[in-house]
Amino acid sequence: MIERSPVFDFLTYLAMAIGAFLVVIPFWITLVAGSQSLQEVSQVPISLMPSSHLWENLSAAWARADLGPKMLNSLIVAVGVTVGKITLASLSAFAIVFFNFRGRMISFWLIFITLMLPLEVRIVPTYAIAANALLPFQVILDTLGISWLVNAVSGIQVTLNWNLLNSYTGLILPLVATATGTFLYRQFFMTIPDELVEASKMDGARPIEFFFDVLLPLSRTNMLALATIMFVSSWNQYLWPLLITTDRANFGTVVMQLKALIPAQNGTPDWNVTMAGALIIMLPPLLVVAFMQRWFVRGLISRDK
Amino acid sequence: MSQISIKGVKKSYLKTPVIHGVDVEIEAGEFVVILGPSGCGKSTLLRMIAGLEDITAGEIAIGGKVVNQLEPRERGCAMVFQNYALYPHMTVRQNIGYSLKVAKVPRVERDARVMKVAQSVSLETFLDRRPGELSGGQRQRVAMARAMVREPKVFLFDEPFSNLDAKLRVAMRAEVRRLHRDLGVTSVFVTHDQTEAMTLADKLIIMNAGNVEQIGKPTEVYNNPASRFVADFIGSPAMNLFEGEFDADGHFVHGQGGKMNVSQLNGVRQPGKKVVLGVRPESVRRTHAETHGAIAAVVDYVEELGASRLIHADANGSRIVALDTDTAEIKSGTRVHLSLEADALHLFSVENGRRIAH
Ligand SMILES: Nc1ncnc2c1ncn2[C@@H]1O[C@H](COP(=O)(O)OP(=O)(O)OP(=O)(O)O)[C@@H](O)[C@H]1O
Ligand SMILES: [Mg+2]
Repeated sequence: MIERSPVFDFLTYLAMAIGAFLVVIPFWITLVAGSQSLQEVSQVPISLMPSSHLWENLSAAWARADLGPKMLNSLIVAVGVTVGKITLASLSAFAIVFFNFRGRMISFWLIFITLMLPLEVRIVPTYAIAANALLPFQVILDTLGISWLVNAVSGIQVTLNWNLLNSYTGLILPLVATATGTFLYRQFFMTIPDELVEASKMDGARPIEFFFDVLLPLSRTNMLALATIMFVSSWNQYLWPLLITTDRANFGTVVMQLKALIPAQNGTPDWNVTMAGALIIMLPPLLVVAFMQRWFVRGLISRDK
Repeated sequence: MSQISIKGVKKSYLKTPVIHGVDVEIEAGEFVVILGPSGCGKSTLLRMIAGLEDITAGEIAIGGKVVNQLEPRERGCAMVFQNYALYPHMTVRQNIGYSLKVAKVPRVERDARVMKVAQSVSLETFLDRRPGELSGGQRQRVAMARAMVREPKVFLFDEPFSNLDAKLRVAMRAEVRRLHRDLGVTSVFVTHDQTEAMTLADKLIIMNAGNVEQIGKPTEVYNNPASRFVADFIGSPAMNLFEGEFDADGHFVHGQGGKMNVSQLNGVRQPGKKVVLGVRPESVRRTHAETHGAIAAVVDYVEELGASRLIHADANGSRIVALDTDTAEIKSGTRVHLSLEADALHLFSVENGRRIAH
């Protein structure tokens, strides 16, 4: 529907301008505050004009929150989660859409239902698993009496243990399963004409060749869109890294470090440094979005055939 | 030994049977066309040969080897699809060469074979374009080149030209004929266009509602339709079919008491037996009232075809169509006399529609 009238145009632009203003203003305040000196930032009312201390504030924040290694950690985790999510989502959608196996609908619904179980809801069991990833097997062995049997026969106590706390694996793996991604891929795969599948069968392609040679190239834009969303959301993860890393110095992520940047109760109220730190921390996702937005929009809206 | 042997093949989707038992032998190098109305199971049969569809019952053998359990890639068939089914993200070269790439044919050989095939369908200047940048006819040629490059034992075509305009279709038809002559590969071609079927086929398979109605050379099928369905389906304009019976004098009584003198059918005239009498429009001639056995009819309307015309007339309640080459003008409402050519009459049973020999 396209409506064209001056009044309507004006209203549209007004709505967009208000929206843009609301979105941009917090960024602006962060930038302004991050560029001011301690005196300037403590003034009431706060000045909305940027000042000249941006660079020194950035350096101060970088040093105070140890952002160098933390940036690297965040990057490893965000990239790991993104790659993992895309791999897992595309493969599971591939199985669900193109293979006619028993329990295919059940598998799909099981995945789909996890949409209702975000990490926050299942955080305690997830933590238990992360503390010992082999726990479920231990439980199975115990319940079946196998551990008892082994103990009785050989005197060996069966204790399976694989601790994921304070490791990249622990930071990444529990976040990798994604119902949203699987669902998006499924929707895309279902638009692939049957004839294309059949043509590749006739050409002698095995399923895995069809996946790599046909499906993946065709879903490139979708994949980039998904990657963008996933990267931003895993960069922004706060709760899970906080829980699973006790060794902050080595495995902390930048988002956790935001806390370290906030002025102490009775310390100097140097919010300018805090804001400068926030600027650094939000820069990578901003860059990714800016860089990917062309693909992002295309992948979510239209289909380039 | 025949190249493709189909024995008692049946197909059901869940519990719905769609193919009720097909037996066909296809010789090596033969060009076979499967013709039938929409939904009769042509594609299903073709796809069972290709391996894209499970065979519910019966047996299909290709080159003497039963293929029921084989994957499509193990059957040595190549297929051309109705909607081309080209890979949109690959260039023409990659599209054509994909099967060779999958088969791990070395790059140099692959390029040479792609080039050779592309030349044979005049595509060599389009090799670096993507399917989206080609016309429908060019895409169709890419699809054919893709099938040819593997040098398969069997070509399968599922209504490959139905998305092309009439002129292009004729050109592609000629191209397929030429390719078949040059390569001599056994081909099975599905269509519901009878002109296409008649011009291409060495052997025609007429299907209806999941059954094979007739198998034969195009001329044979045209001249001796094995059933009322085939008689009606093949030929344009369609054959005149009259339901009626023979009276005690041996006349054929139809419509509201119209009588035809059909002494040709001497052997089979059983009085009182209900039959269907068929005669092609081109075997219905305009004649004079005095002619022995002439049928009086009133012209309904006339369809001009240029060199000839079709006269649609009413003969005692039965509609009759005659192909007329006379140039004299006829108006609707005119009374005409028509005679049926000897040896051009077909007789079918009313009960099962099969041909009654005479
Ligand atoms: N996947 C399916 N599930 C159930 N029924 C099907 C399926 N595919 C085809 N059919 C049915 O099988 C019958 C034969 O279909 P088929 O596609 O072989 O027809 P066709 O002769 O190729 O027709 P057309 O000329 O329209 O392509 C049809 O009645 C159709 O409804
Ligand atoms: Mg079909």
